[in-house]
Amino acid sequence: MPTDMPSTPVIEVAGVTKTFAGVRALSDVDFTLQRGEIHALVGENGAGKSTLIKVLTGIHTTDAGRVTRNGNISTIYQEVNLVPLMSVSANMFLGREPRNRFGLIDRARRDADAAELLRGYGITADVSSPLGTLAVGEQQMVALARAVDANADVVIMDEPTSSLEPREVETLLGVVRKLHEQGIAIIYVSHRMDELYRICDTVTVLRDGVNVHSGPLKELPRIELVSLMLGRSVKEIESHGTTAFGEDHHADAEPVLQATGLTSRPRIDGVSVTIRPGEVVGLAGLLGSGRTETAKAIIGALPVDGGTVLVAGNPVARTVKASTRAGISMLAEDRKTEGIIPNLSVRENIVLAALPRLSRFGVTSRSKQDRIVDAFIKRLRIKVSSPEQKVAELSGGNQQKVLLARWLCTEPKILLLDEPTRGIDVGAKAEVQALIDELAREGLAVLLISSELDELLDGADRLVVLRDGSVAGELEGDQLTREHVLKAIAAEVTDDSGDHAGSPQHSR
Amino acid sequence: MTATLTKTTPTMAARTKVLQRQGAAVALVLVVAVSWLVFPRFGSLDNLRDLALQGSFLAVIAIGMTFVIITGGIDLSVGSVYALGGVLAAWGAQYGFLVALLLPLVVCGLIGLINGLLIARTNMAPFIVTLASLLFARGLLLVITDEGATTYKIASDSAFVELGRGTVFGFGYPIFIAAALALVGGMLLNRTNFGQNVFATGGAEQSAVLLGVPVAKTKVLVYTMSGTLAGLAGALTAAYLQSGVTVIGVGLELDAIAVVVIGGTLLTGGMGTVLGTVIGVGLIKVIQNVINQIGTLDSNYQSVVSGVFLLIVVVLQRILRR
Amino acid sequence: MTQATTQAAPSTAVSAAAARTRWLQDNGVYVAVGVLLLFNAVFTANFLTVGNFTTQLVQAAPVLIVALGMALVIGTEGVDLSVGAVMALAAAIIPLYLGAGWLMAITMALVVGVLAGAFNGFLVAKVGIQPIVATLALLVGGRGLALVIANGQLVQLRDPTFLSLGTDDVFGIPISVLIAGVLALVIAAVTNRTTFGRQLVAIGGNRKAATLAGLPVTRVLIGVYAITGVLAAIAGVLATSRLAASDPADMGLLMELSAITAVVVGGTPLTGGKVRVLGTVFGVILMQLVRATLIKHNLPDSIAQMIQAAIIVAAVYVARERR
Repeated sequence: MPTDMPSTPVIEVAGVTKTFAGVRALSDVDFTLQRGEIHALVGENGAGKSTLIKVLTGIHTTDAGRVTRNGNISTIYQEVNLVPLMSVSANMFLGREPRNRFGLIDRARRDADAAELLRGYGITADVSSPLGTLAVGEQQMVALARAVDANADVVIMDEPTSSLEPREVETLLGVVRKLHEQGIAIIYVSHRMDELYRICDTVTVLRDGVNVHSGPLKELPRIELVSLMLGRSVKEIESHGTTAFGEDHHADAEPVLQATGLTSRPRIDGVSVTIRPGEVVGLAGLLGSGRTETAKAIIGALPVDGGTVLVAGNPVARTVKASTRAGISMLAEDRKTEGIIPNLSVRENIVLAALPRLSRFGVTSRSKQDRIVDAFIKRLRIKVSSPEQKVAELSGGNQQKVLLARWLCTEPKILLLDEPTRGIDVGAKAEVQALIDELAREGLAVLLISSELDELLDGADRLVVLRDGSVAGELEGDQLTREHVLKAIAAEVTDDSGDHAGSPQHSR
Repeated sequence: MTATLTKTTPTMAARTKVLQRQGAAVALVLVVAVSWLVFPRFGSLDNLRDLALQGSFLAVIAIGMTFVIITGGIDLSVGSVYALGGVLAAWGAQYGFLVALLLPLVVCGLIGLINGLLIARTNMAPFIVTLASLLFARGLLLVITDEGATTYKIASDSAFVELGRGTVFGFGYPIFIAAALALVGGMLLNRTNFGQNVFATGGAEQSAVLLGVPVAKTKVLVYTMSGTLAGLAGALTAAYLQSGVTVIGVGLELDAIAVVVIGGTLLTGGMGTVLGTVIGVGLIKVIQNVINQIGTLDSNYQSVVSGVFLLIVVVLQRILRR
Repeated sequence: MTQATTQAAPSTAVSAAAARTRWLQDNGVYVAVGVLLLFNAVFTANFLTVGNFTTQLVQAAPVLIVALGMALVIGTEGVDLSVGAVMALAAAIIPLYLGAGWLMAITMALVVGVLAGAFNGFLVAKVGIQPIVATLALLVGGRGLALVIANGQLVQLRDPTFLSLGTDDVFGIPISVLIAGVLALVIAAVTNRTTFGRQLVAIGGNRKAATLAGLPVTRVLIGVYAITGVLAAIAGVLATSRLAASDPADMGLLMELSAITAVVVGGTPLTGGKVRVLGTVFGVILMQLVRATLIKHNLPDSIAQMIQAAIIVAAVYVARERR
């Protein structure tokens, strides 16, 4: 190490602010990384973690504040950023290949070096085979070995375990400890409480671009940490008292949706959800706990290893087409890549899924379309200059309403809503929430996924809490409180929510 | 689950590897063996010499194409550039050996460079850019040859003709040139940092950028190389034919692409070998040779066979990668 | 949050430049056609004659027919490199069945076109091969197959009804131009007024979202490539009848380039999600006018080719989406 002064932090960030097109991603953030410590960086989606990492590594410049780096930083991303078709050893030494005396790559030495390095990480794969033939966990480890070998003083790991099998997670954590022993500082980004508490010394919690807490992790109770992460945003309390949900809905007896034992390893494992007509069931859990995957498995967009879905008692084939025909609709989380068709008008986006019904002999009927589109624009209060406006020009909230309208056009029985209010302004948010309420009252079965606890608590009649891809508990009635949910998420023993939530770890 | 996962992938990979690496070689051996037995003339030294010579011109172009395709691109201009290179060499031959050789290399290299710059710097689709330069190179050729009316002849006693017609043990110089280029190309691809960059660019461009690979520079280089090699193949052809024939090279880009892909290079990029390309050239040329010997079949069967081979390889690659 | 304010934010300087580019992408082709017409009206002798316009349109008709199909394929974020080879196949088929009557010959040519296109579509939609790669196989082998069918020979055709397709006119409009015009209207209607057309555009705009919305993606894609195949075959039939000979060696050579150019020049982006039929029509007219202008001003074919190459690159450059 160049400067061997234990008291100097290896990274120091003071008062950093970063704005993207008017949106504050980071505001006045302080962050200090001491030499050799394992520092957890946590926060929900959009809290500013990625931005902070990019500021630390120098990919983003800052608008204000100071960043001091006293060492080399390597970053390992959630997605393995290597070349799957190239050999393992070629990936590890890309750009710094060992040469022989003719200046050519010494392949034997490259393979030998790679094999030896990887052995230190518990990997004995054939280093001359393409990287893509390794399991994801092993690939992750190769990325780690490459990063660390590049003489790093700091290693940033962005959700390194999110796609790993339990056994692979153990190996990775072992490697992290080993790096720690070598005096390398680590920033560890993860949502898995167990992992954080097992290996991290300190923690920094970001929320809405603000550092809401920095300090030793061990002294911080889990529930406190979860509450810091999810806690209601400061701005929201100032501008908007509560959510716009009304009181609970009356649920009919017979469930319209029965999803049982949905499994798609390693993301979800044996998740079951039932919803009755007129009922709003919330899906709670941290990012990466399998909420989106559950919804996608229900509608048939995620290949499953097991599990059945019944609509009104009848089994539904696991394809989107069959599910749509059976009356399931899903509002996808990512509006841009999975929702809107940007080139098309508001009208066309709304009628898209219902086109065959609005056509005769394959010829579209403009008058039928206009009637239904006008009705939905009015009912959902979509703000457009005209139905012919390009959907890409609308605000996030209005785009979301357009997508809601698209699904309501198909007259679904079951509506899966994945983060319906994310990234839309406060006014539109209240409107969407009120709408969900109204739809349920009209007899629709709704599955609501949200990272905002208040939204779930106010909006849902019943909550299914997910943790690490499994159901950690179901809450209803009096149990619908912050405390119960946080306990279930944090895996602390609760008195009445079953054995799932009781065990701090499972399957290890 | 873990067990199945780690178990199936390597066998899949091994199967893919065998098919990619050895598929074309096995086919070549089979075709050669059958031809040897069925057609008495096939095995004659004269025929084999001729076969190798015919293959060497295509091989020179296909080596450049291999690099381009491994970066995930495509170069449709090589047929025109090849013809242009031949005309330039024939025209330049009146000023001596060096001009005859260097003029086509420089001009065709420049066309390749422009292809590369347009593709790497402006994000335009390679097939469009190189289709346009296909047109451009043909136009340039017509300008030089008075709209195709002039065919430049090379004096048969010039040193340049020797380059195309000279032989060692009856094997033409172009064969050795192609072999040397294949060797150098293989080295470049597998044993240099540039070669690794070529693989990384085609294998996962976004990741390559994050890994510090100079993606744009790599692309510019491979297209420049492809243009230069097409020009060289044209010059060699001109030397062999002793003139700059204006009408050759139409559709040659398709032959080049076909032999590269048949040789196991992924048309989507990221994987491939120069040796495979050489084998692909051998396979196509042997089949063409046989078709010519059957006599009742016309030479057009060759492109049908190329197309069918291409289709089979592409579909197999796709299925094996699922 | 601050989202509400940011929606209104996109700064005026940036959006003005973007708007100018967008306007150029959308309307550049009409302006260019207008300018070229004006230029020729003033500087080119014998330009503003019925005979000249007829000649130009007859030459442009096969390109337009192919370009219409290409516009649909490009709208789905694909491309079809095999259109020229399909034209050659159609040309090769005709003499085989002309003995059984002109109707039979044309029908068989179109059937081959549909099959070839559906095969491309199958490779793209079902097998999951990239469009360029999938259609390349037919580009490589298709013309060879056509030559094999025709024994590598040019065949003179004598069926009067078939030849009249290329020579006759209705109210002074050549039949091939008429057919091209009708097809343009049909394709425009299909694109804008049918479920199929709107689904096609949606798939090109965002395939993931279209799939999640339960659209029949596979069926639409196969249909689009089949339409492109049949249009290429129609173009092959018309060009053959005008030539009064089946010439698979030269029929439709580089047609894929002409068609793609016309579509892109006409404002349909290669990134899909948009089909501009009128723009494509004008794109074909523009490229035809450019060639006519160059030839009429005695510029040799060589220079004309180089200028076309430059126009293609410029058009694609303007049309490409900045990242």
